[in-house]
Amino acid sequence: MYTPSNPNIVGDFVREWVPNLVAYLPATVQGYIPSAEIAALINVVICMVAMGVAGIGPVPVLIYMERKICAHIQCRLGPMRLGPHGVLQLAADIMKLLFKEVYAPKSVQTFLYYLAPILVVTAPFLNLCMIPFGKNLQVADLDIAIPFIIAVNGFGILSTMLAGWASNNKYSLISGMRSGAQLISYEVSFALVLLLIVMLAGSASLGGITESQSGNFWDWWIFKAPVLGLLAFVMFLISSTAELNRAPFDVAEAEQELTGGHHTEYTGMAFSMFYLAEYINLFTTCCVATVCFLGGYNAPCIGIAAVDGILNMVPGIVWFLAKAFFMVVVYMMFRWTFVRPRTDLLMALEWKFLLPVNLIMLVLGFVFVAFGLFLP
Amino acid sequence: MSNLPPGFREPSVEGEFEEYYLNMGPQHPSTHGALRLVIRLTGETIIEVVPHLGYIHRGMEKQAENLGYTQYIMMSDRQDYLTAIQNNLGVCLALEKGAGIGVPERAEYIRVIMTELGRIASHLVFYACYGGDLGGQTVLLYGFKEREMIHDIFEEVTGQRLTTNFFRPGGSRMDVPDTFIPRVKAFLAHLEKTLPDYDRLLTKNIALVERSVGVGKLTKEQALAYGCSGPVARASGVNYDVRKNDPYSIYSSLDFNVPVMYNGDCYDRYLIRWQEMYESIKIIKQCIEKFPAGPYRSKEKPNFKLPAGSFYAASETAKGLYGTYVVSTGGANPYRIHTRSPSFSNVSAVNAMAKGEKISDLVTILASIDPVIPEIDR
Repeated sequence: MYTPSNPNIVGDFVREWVPNLVAYLPATVQGYIPSAEIAALINVVICMVAMGVAGIGPVPVLIYMERKICAHIQCRLGPMRLGPHGVLQLAADIMKLLFKEVYAPKSVQTFLYYLAPILVVTAPFLNLCMIPFGKNLQVADLDIAIPFIIAVNGFGILSTMLAGWASNNKYSLISGMRSGAQLISYEVSFALVLLLIVMLAGSASLGGITESQSGNFWDWWIFKAPVLGLLAFVMFLISSTAELNRAPFDVAEAEQELTGGHHTEYTGMAFSMFYLAEYINLFTTCCVATVCFLGGYNAPCIGIAAVDGILNMVPGIVWFLAKAFFMVVVYMMFRWTFVRPRTDLLMALEWKFLLPVNLIMLVLGFVFVAFGLFLP
Repeated sequence: MSNLPPGFREPSVEGEFEEYYLNMGPQHPSTHGALRLVIRLTGETIIEVVPHLGYIHRGMEKQAENLGYTQYIMMSDRQDYLTAIQNNLGVCLALEKGAGIGVPERAEYIRVIMTELGRIASHLVFYACYGGDLGGQTVLLYGFKEREMIHDIFEEVTGQRLTTNFFRPGGSRMDVPDTFIPRVKAFLAHLEKTLPDYDRLLTKNIALVERSVGVGKLTKEQALAYGCSGPVARASGVNYDVRKNDPYSIYSSLDFNVPVMYNGDCYDRYLIRWQEMYESIKIIKQCIEKFPAGPYRSKEKPNFKLPAGSFYAASETAKGLYGTYVVSTGGANPYRIHTRSPSFSNVSAVNAMAKGEKISDLVTILASIDPVIPEIDR
């Protein structure tokens, strides 16, 4: 079992400093705080803002990447006017979304309608806490990180179904039912692939999985278990795309059929919450893929001491982000190349193909572990 | 169940289910314009589809009664804007038949090259929209890329990219420039390089095949009964193409095939348009080889009159049989002009195709019909 050998700097900060953040405010401000309860509330607000900044940080980069990559795949330039190569376009878009009126149709169930966009951003933020961005650069190194991620992803389904139900729109309702069926199905193979990695690595904590891949680049799980690793990676790509509700498996959103799916009736910030969650989810899933298959923050060493020395001089977080954004590009190219399967065909793919293959892979993984069939 | 909305019949499906109605359009991403489909559903399965038309009705046929004959050609651009140049030809054929005007050889070749380019442009838009409606946004842009090149040629020849208003009874409005033939040649060379790429991107794609094969079946009898024409009818095994069966212009002297398929599903309607694009390339190549010199238009007065009587001419646009029926009393304006538009008949078959399919399939079916709504409403 993996035990953290070095002190967890970020985790220590979170655990020890964060509950008392109010104590670090200037004394004059502290004078105005009447009671301990209010102080705790203020602390919560500070934590939320900090977490929001950390979580939302990559989103503008991702949206910009999505626009540019999609544009270049489609023989276009994408945004070019605002700032060099349109980098300021996003700021304009965000301003637009912020200042738009949040308008709800009369017939919606108000409480559930507004609960859905709040719930939808919960899961990605919780997942983000588990990710080891570098050695010890991790909020919480949970022993059960993988089951935790699988469990927390359920929030996404809940919010989609809530939005679909509360909108009181037939398109939204169909979308909610579709996404419920789809996400619950693909959760199964998503979990099975991750369990395979847990079995191979002998640890369910993301830190432990990363440590199990330290060494050269063929020690990463995608290469270390010959063929099986690559197969599992492809399975992970397919099931996580469905899990993310992204094209080509976006049957819930399905613009051409359901006009906008579950967020048809949402405007302004409520709508941008769904948008935000989609991209944070994309980033966290890419991070999970990086940790589980591409060696996390480990440098891609090639076994030659002189080269490895140089590669190891680069901080782990740089390697991690490089791999994570490589995964983002893979997902985006995936999205802009394929057409969308029909809902029932998607279900058939999961239950008749992915699930049996995943179960066989789990058995194979057992054989690999039992007989040590790994690359040296 | 007696208080059904207008257009619906009594239910034909028995069993324990809860029906509901879904209003698709007139504002919907995949209805290709202002088409409104009211769908009766159980779950996601379609029981019945009723198209409601008339959202962009402009009274073109009534307006034609106050326009001169040549002025009506401009109106035909605004019917099916994707096959504008072919509609121009359809109207001119009827007017020439009525007035007894001959067409010089060069004008015939210009007509065939231009209409076949228009057919390729229309089928490229079909390819783009078919991919786009199935969720492949990239395909949408690819199809439009080559179509823009055809529009560049149109712009140079006619002065307009979309609403060409080019043909006149007895020829065309003006002669083609000297650069026309080299430009078409260069474009065809480019198209023959890129079309196989687009074919590879979409045609064998497993998701597209699974969503198209066996979806939206239309039998030969149904196709004939609904009056379908063009690729929709030919995919159901109806071997009818006006260019072959009732040749106009110089089509009888050209060597080309009429592709026919027999399954009548969305995939056949998709494939048949691919084959037609290659046939069109073949036709244009033959015309370029034999492109003659000479006058581009036979002489006649700009505002001519038709003798009293009724005249009809059919032509094959990319969508199907485009017929123009002109009634004249001998005056400067037509007494009545009626257009037989292919999309109208093709869309009327949507219920026969979509019954028992899913909502996603309705999008596929609608894309495979490739309707253009201004042509239906006129």
